[in-house]
Amino acid sequence: MKHVLSILVHNQPGVLVRVAGMFSRRGFNIHSLAVGTTYDTECSRITVVVCGDDGILDQVIKQLEKLVEVVAIQILPQDSAVRRGMAMIKISAGDKRGEVLKLADVFRASVVDVSEHTVTFEITGDEDKINAFAEVLAPYGIMELVRTGLVGLARGDNTIHQYERRNFHEQIVL
Amino acid sequence: MKITGAQVIIECLKEQGVDTVFGYPGGTILPFYDAMIDSSLRHILTVHEQGAAHAADGYARASGRVGVCIATSGPGATNLITGLAAAFMDSIPVVAITGQVPTSMIGRDTFQEIDITGMTMAITKHNFIVKDVTKLAETIRYAFRIARSGRPGPVLVDIPRDVQTGQVDFEPAKSIEKYSWAVGQEVLKRISSAVQAIEGAKKPVIIVGGGAITAKADKEILTLAEKLQAPVVSTLMGLGAFKASHPLFLGLTGMHGLKVANNAVWEADVLIAVGSRFGDRLTGDREKYIEDKTVIHIDIDPAEIDKNVAAHIGLTGDLKIIVELLNQQLSQKTPDAWWAMIRKWQQEERGDSEGDALSPQWIFRHIAEQTKGKDYIFVTDVGQHQMWAAQYLSLETPRSWITSGGLGAMGFGLPAALGAQFAMPDKKVIHVAGDGGFKMTGAELYTIAVNKLPIVSLIINNNGLGMIRQLQHVFFDKHYTSCTLPDMNFVTFAAAFGVHAVSVGSPEEFAKEFKRALFSNQPEVIVLNISNEELVTPMANPGGAINAYIDM
Ligand SMILES: Cc1ncc(C[n+]2csc(CCOP(=O)(O)OP(=O)(O)O)c2C)c(N)n1
Repeated sequence: MKHVLSILVHNQPGVLVRVAGMFSRRGFNIHSLAVGTTYDTECSRITVVVCGDDGILDQVIKQLEKLVEVVAIQILPQDSAVRRGMAMIKISAGDKRGEVLKLADVFRASVVDVSEHTVTFEITGDEDKINAFAEVLAPYGIMELVRTGLVGLARGDNTIHQYERRNFHEQIVL
Repeated sequence: MKITGAQVIIECLKEQGVDTVFGYPGGTILPFYDAMIDSSLRHILTVHEQGAAHAADGYARASGRVGVCIATSGPGATNLITGLAAAFMDSIPVVAITGQVPTSMIGRDTFQEIDITGMTMAITKHNFIVKDVTKLAETIRYAFRIARSGRPGPVLVDIPRDVQTGQVDFEPAKSIEKYSWAVGQEVLKRISSAVQAIEGAKKPVIIVGGGAITAKADKEILTLAEKLQAPVVSTLMGLGAFKASHPLFLGLTGMHGLKVANNAVWEADVLIAVGSRFGDRLTGDREKYIEDKTVIHIDIDPAEIDKNVAAHIGLTGDLKIIVELLNQQLSQKTPDAWWAMIRKWQQEERGDSEGDALSPQWIFRHIAEQTKGKDYIFVTDVGQHQMWAAQYLSLETPRSWITSGGLGAMGFGLPAALGAQFAMPDKKVIHVAGDGGFKMTGAELYTIAVNKLPIVSLIINNNGLGMIRQLQHVFFDKHYTSCTLPDMNFVTFAAAFGVHAVSVGSPEEFAKEFKRALFSNQPEVIVLNISNEELVTPMANPGGAINAYIDM
């Protein structure tokens, strides 16, 4: 099973290696990873998609909580969070260009580059949508594909800041 | 007033109550060494940086204080790695300070440049590289706080040379913060379900682990055991947390645990684990281990709950407080039928292991008798002798047993023993090693000799890597390879360092020499020549049930 975790971390050198290293060291599988700054210059936010059952998810969270730079961890479940990734897909359009453009329309993908033989699309959405789009494009010949890890936010009033447990963390684990 | 970064390090170490550091100099750490000349810090120059790391670790294990080791960049720093890993696996508070090439040279494969923070990420609780001298003091203070708080562990601080020579305004720390732990509602609720489970137990067993020592929870655990009249077993790391001479104590449990202890765990209906991480050498098959029982797991590290075995009731937090809360709610029990079963196992086992000649059983029972009731610190290396010591010594007080449990690092013993002796100058330190492991770090006899440490080193010489031979005996159909060590003269080896040594081959000789060595005020080495065919028994199949013993 895939779980999406949002992790707020202090911007320290090596923090990404520490987080990623914990996953590989303990044999947890990362499906995707997205990192970026936040509006707070002190903090970055990492979104990871991990594969595993609830027991593994529990361990992942507890092990993350032990990392000194981790400020907060939030689970982003499918039904109560918005989760999006972005992909770019380059295909060799050839004489089927019109057909392909129509398909893209259905998926609300936009064209970001066109050349004599190629079209590059940009598509945003949840995993399933991106997978579905890639599947319908496959017969036309995908030249290359790149996608970001998922990012996400909980719906409604819920924010990651509710999960900041600096104090708890320092007392128990540090 | 401005002082140098090197002086900041020293001021911060003193603030933290550090009086002794173990280290080895080199180019990038020389500014610190230069500043140390004028300070009150005592620097112990070891033979090798691995020795410095193990010594800092032994210092911490013996005293409960943070051990400190120092090394230069590159090879100095990489030599610390085994030592830091040993401390990490056993949750021991150590701060390592390493020199680094100047900040302007980082990333250019400069002479003796190694990315030591990258390398030690997996074997430290946390690590830092300090590139700005104004951040140095707060980083060192933070490093100590991380090392000693919660579940302790090693922390490395990498300090480029120019940061050590840089000038900065220094402000002494206001006070060293103390954290206290409040019991949350969640835990309180679970404590009452734990009490319920324990009250209903017919065959309770208490397992003490290393965490019990760190948390200073020995008295609370004693009360718990006496209240419940429950048998107590110990992990390798927990030895000393519960008085071995206490009638409720059954001894070591785990792969080489005593049968009575393993049988009790197997038969238990409620298992109360205090400060143990349920390591594989303790549990064998993790699922079978908890079959038909309620597991109450008490640990300070939330990540330990359900990591290895699924606990029915997990209680995270300060062990001392949690066990005390349990005690307040539990009623006094009287010994019952459970004990009849246990005493029967105990009788059977006594018959099993009577020793003769200079057998391991005889040796360690003799040592136990001779040291009973006195303040000794035992430090072991890794191998068969370690297991025999764990099985037969009578360890009565916390911090009287120092061993590399999680990492099982051969070569740990001698340097850890010297660290322990520096921490506890008034106690007698007895070091036990195999002939293999002794050779790994035996040159630290030099440090012991130079500092005239009255450590008694016992080399259990079976002319080989006994534990390897045992594994080949059991799992490789007695195809022995690379486990025989041609004779070496340990007496002349010790003599080269100016250390007095004798070699013995009979119980009478050993008894005489051991008695003499215990009252000696200089370093002593006793080589005990035993048969190479001795095996550690019992031995439960690794990965199997803990009461499924291998027939040897
Ligand atoms: C650094 C290191 N290398 C290898 C091992 C694997 N190992 C475990 S016990 C052992 C044999 C130890 O032999 P010795 O020191 O003579 O002690 P004995 O088992 O004979 O008591 C070995 C090689 C280890 N634990 N540590």
